[in-house]
Amino acid sequence: MRIPCPICGPRGHEEFVCHGEAGGARPAADSAVAPDAVDAMRAFHDYVYLRANPLGTQRELWYHAAGCECWLLVERDTRNHAIGAVRALRPPADGEAGGAP
Amino acid sequence: MRYSIFSLLAQAATGHRGWPPMWRNPEPRRAYEAIVVGGGGHGLATAYYLARKHGLTDVAVLEKGWIGGGNVGRNTTIIRSNYLLPGNIPFYEHSLKLWEGLERDINYNAMVSQRGVLNLFHSDAQRDAFVRRGNAMRVHGVDAVLLDARELRRLAPFLEMDDARFPIRGALLQPRGGTVRHDAVAWGYARAADRLGVDVIQNCEVTGIRVERGAVTGVESSRGFIAARRVGLACAGHSSRVAAMAGLRLPIESHVLQAFVSEAIKPLIPGVITYGAGHFYVSQSDKGGLVFGGDIDGYNSYAQRGNLATVEDVVEGGLAMMPSLGRLRLLRSWGGVMDMSMDGSPIIDRTEVEGLYLNAGWCYGGFKATPASGWCFAHLLATGGSHPLAAAYRLDRFLSGELIDEKGQGPHPNRH
Ligand SMILES: Cc1cc2nc3c(=O)[nH]c(=O)nc-3n(C[C@H](O)[C@H](O)[C@H](O)COP(=O)(O)OP(=O)(O)OC[C@H]3O[C@@H](n4cnc5c(N)ncnc54)[C@H](O)[C@@H]3O)c2cc1C
Ligand SMILES: [Zn+2]
Repeated sequence: MRIPCPICGPRGHEEFVCHGEAGGARPAADSAVAPDAVDAMRAFHDYVYLRANPLGTQRELWYHAAGCECWLLVERDTRNHAIGAVRALRPPADGEAGGAP
Repeated sequence: MRYSIFSLLAQAATGHRGWPPMWRNPEPRRAYEAIVVGGGGHGLATAYYLARKHGLTDVAVLEKGWIGGGNVGRNTTIIRSNYLLPGNIPFYEHSLKLWEGLERDINYNAMVSQRGVLNLFHSDAQRDAFVRRGNAMRVHGVDAVLLDARELRRLAPFLEMDDARFPIRGALLQPRGGTVRHDAVAWGYARAADRLGVDVIQNCEVTGIRVERGAVTGVESSRGFIAARRVGLACAGHSSRVAAMAGLRLPIESHVLQAFVSEAIKPLIPGVITYGAGHFYVSQSDKGGLVFGGDIDGYNSYAQRGNLATVEDVVEGGLAMMPSLGRLRLLRSWGGVMDMSMDGSPIIDRTEVEGLYLNAGWCYGGFKATPASGWCFAHLLATGGSHPLAAAYRLDRFLSGELIDEKGQGPHPNRH
């Protein structure tokens, strides 16, 4: 499997760290102290633990550890490992939480 | 037909032309008391124990392909119960005990071979960890022996003991661990369940789960609708897909694990050996091939094949442990798609849909669990309550925080 890194060009996937499924907005940081905290628990549980695990195209995060050290958003087919669109994510601005788009 | 020395002699005398098929090939009926989706080891064992232990024989196992085509026929056949955490040890030890009596129970030669499992250690810290694990096992009545380098060298003289970077200092041995012929487990359970009246239905893919007012009423399949008020899912590797048919999202990712077998050689490896400085494990099949494997590939996959980077990584681990491996040619390699759960431990539980039960998340270690998984899942399907041995394998443990994370890796399935 080769991932066409927009910065480094096509590189073997062993240079990257796979962080799995992208997407799913992180629940707001203050939701844990909201009055309906049980729902906040569930929201965080769903965010941290549940996965769509699709058969077919998945949007996922890969970190180019042995290259440019950029986080990439990669579209990949889980049936045959074919890689589609790849784009580099911008680094979070100062004071802004990073994480999945 | 019951297998025995007499049936074997009678068949031998007549050129082995009279063996009947091992199970019927029934058409699905319109309704069953219980349906098990997935005819792998776990689904078949579940059906067998439903019939034998709970007297429930109006049961169908629906398998989309053929019996033995999934992970039950793709794994590296290792069985053991050398776990550390309380939720795990009694369950896996029960499984090992069931393996010990399995062949007599199902009247089938599964080649259960308790030739011992050796976990190598390479440093003082790793030795301490294994002492702790061994003690945890012994507290639970499981066999565990700590070997120093001298004792180990006697058992396995081909190991690279004095590697400069990762010298081997000793091993934790579970003498009762070993290997089992994996295909025979699938066939043996299928035949035993069939003999008790269970319908084992191949080429029958479940394509939908019918739910009415929060309760399951049956499944849509490639061979039509089949009604049942109890449906158990045992679809290792495809659990997310099948559970999604009932609107469930699971704490699971599907990943591919590869395995390898070398050309056959004379007996070399006494039992199962696992490397401690990398992920590599090896045993020798009765045919003589060395069967080995290592890490999962590390990205979501439903393809039953992996990539070359993992092949290189596995073989490097093997060569570091026993350089003589380099003289062998690789005969075959293959992959299997597994459910990787968020804490590396399985799920045997009810779901929010009444009558729908889940057996999933076995990661790369579910073969050894086959008998106990079937035992406990049958209990759940028959009684509606968790079996005490599987009480920790709850679906809601990720919400309650009662995770069973043997490796302490957190919610990153590709690191378990
Ligand atoms: C390469 C490899 C090596 C391994 N080595 C070991 C080992 O040494 N020791 C160990 O303990 N474990 C090992 N494992 C793990 C072990 O094989 C699995 O955890 C275990 O086999 C899973 O349970 P099963 O036998 O029921 O799975 P499977 O045999 O995969 O059964 C699941 C069945 O469900 C069917 N199915 C899926 N979707 C549907 C549908 N919609 N309708 C109908 N049927 C469906 C599939 O076709 C499949 O036959 C290994 C796994 C792999 C891949
Ligand atoms: Zn790059």
